[in-house]
Amino acid sequence: MLEDVFREEWGRVLASLVGFLGDFDKAEDAAQEAFAIAAERWPAAGAPDNPGGWLVTTARNRAIDRFRRERTLADKLHLLPVREATMDDFDETSIKDERLELIFTCCHPALRLDGQVALTLRALGGLETADIARAFLVSEETMKRRLTRAKAKIKATAIPFAVPDERLLAGRLDAVLAVLYLIYNEGYRGRVDLGAEAIRLGRVLVTLMPNQPEAQGLLALMMIHHARRRARFAGDDLVLLEDQDRSLWDTEAIKAGRSVLENAVAIGGAGAYVLQAAIASLQTREHVDWPQVADTYRRLAELTGSPVVELNHAAALAQVGDPDAALDTVERLELDGYLYYHSTRGELLRRLGRGPEARAAYRRALRLATSTPERRFLTRRLEQV
Amino acid sequence: MQYALMIYAEPAYGDALPEAEREKVRAEFHALLSDERVVEAARLQPAETATSVRVVGGQTLMTDGPFADTKEVLGGFAVIEAANLDDAVELASRIPVARYGGAIEIRPVVRL
Repeated sequence: MLEDVFREEWGRVLASLVGFLGDFDKAEDAAQEAFAIAAERWPAAGAPDNPGGWLVTTARNRAIDRFRRERTLADKLHLLPVREATMDDFDETSIKDERLELIFTCCHPALRLDGQVALTLRALGGLETADIARAFLVSEETMKRRLTRAKAKIKATAIPFAVPDERLLAGRLDAVLAVLYLIYNEGYRGRVDLGAEAIRLGRVLVTLMPNQPEAQGLLALMMIHHARRRARFAGDDLVLLEDQDRSLWDTEAIKAGRSVLENAVAIGGAGAYVLQAAIASLQTREHVDWPQVADTYRRLAELTGSPVVELNHAAALAQVGDPDAALDTVERLELDGYLYYHSTRGELLRRLGRGPEARAAYRRALRLATSTPERRFLTRRLEQV
Repeated sequence: MQYALMIYAEPAYGDALPEAEREKVRAEFHALLSDERVVEAARLQPAETATSVRVVGGQTLMTDGPFADTKEVLGGFAVIEAANLDDAVELASRIPVARYGGAIEIRPVVRL
């Protein structure tokens, strides 16, 4: 219970403290202190009406106390962006939400990508370092170093704690979205459902930037995918979308994802995430409109120039009922090292009744498969040709 | 905050450019030097003029050539006064060589 409140409030409290203290480590110490006091007091005295405000105020006061104790306050005061008077009559209601500044700092492209990911999960998501380490299959020491290194670079190079101005915003927002999507794609490992975590962070981003269609597109994409997670495996076996047991889908979550997508489109969204969300949404309809799926993949391919998207476009064309055209498209792609290139090719050849070639393609895919579920899936396919 | 911008490029990358473009690049670079954020800047003589010095066992040893033998070499540097890293990146990105295959390494300066 208390843990939920803490997770909910952590990002906001930390953001406010980083803004106030201008230092990640000091902010984290102060936040931790405030949360510890809350853990002690709230169970007996009850949580305050505005837990976030209480935590920020308490943490700020503790940080100021610490400065005073260190008694070099006179020297250090110039580091603080507020005057002493305003600290003393600090008003809880005036705490502004600085999570957006924090997101852009954590996802600054001057940081290593693994550092961006770790810091976003730690600072905004409030995940424990040990849990992040487990989720990324590295030791806690390694994860600690990753976080320390990112924080040290922010400090040493003066990476700004700010929302980038208009000129930089588009590129920097792309970087933020890439980090969230990367977290999403890590899926479920250890104690942490990173998919759910990415969705939570995506919701925060969309709330703070309601006029950015790509942020909404990514959120919708993640929500719709996540809603199908229980149908994606049968035991250890991978289940293709068309074979999934739809009763396992979370229809409420799909509906919610669609409504986010509608908002994105309503404000002019037509970027890569919006298109991917549109495809995910179409594919979860009771009767899939394959011509529209194919057309959306075509638009996505034009936008991204990605051969992998072309491959998906071809697979959709095959669903429309034109495996010849699909195979033509596939054969033009240079994706020899890509498992799904060979498995898609195998599937198309199978449908065209070209058994021996289909088997060869599946065997090629099998050689590229790295996970057990993939290997089992391809072996089954190979037996069916 | 002060940052050093170290400008790396393939030697004589400009020679491959048409004369008019080379002229434009030169003008652009000089205009950049008058930006008020620039504290000091210099172009370096080619890497062939470099001498690397080490002191081993009290002996001063010299070798001909730059410290690291790479395709891109340090061709110049600037020290700038910028508000933060984004500000420094903005200035660095306008150094012409950055779009001709070179790179600008940015490092905060520690004044001694």
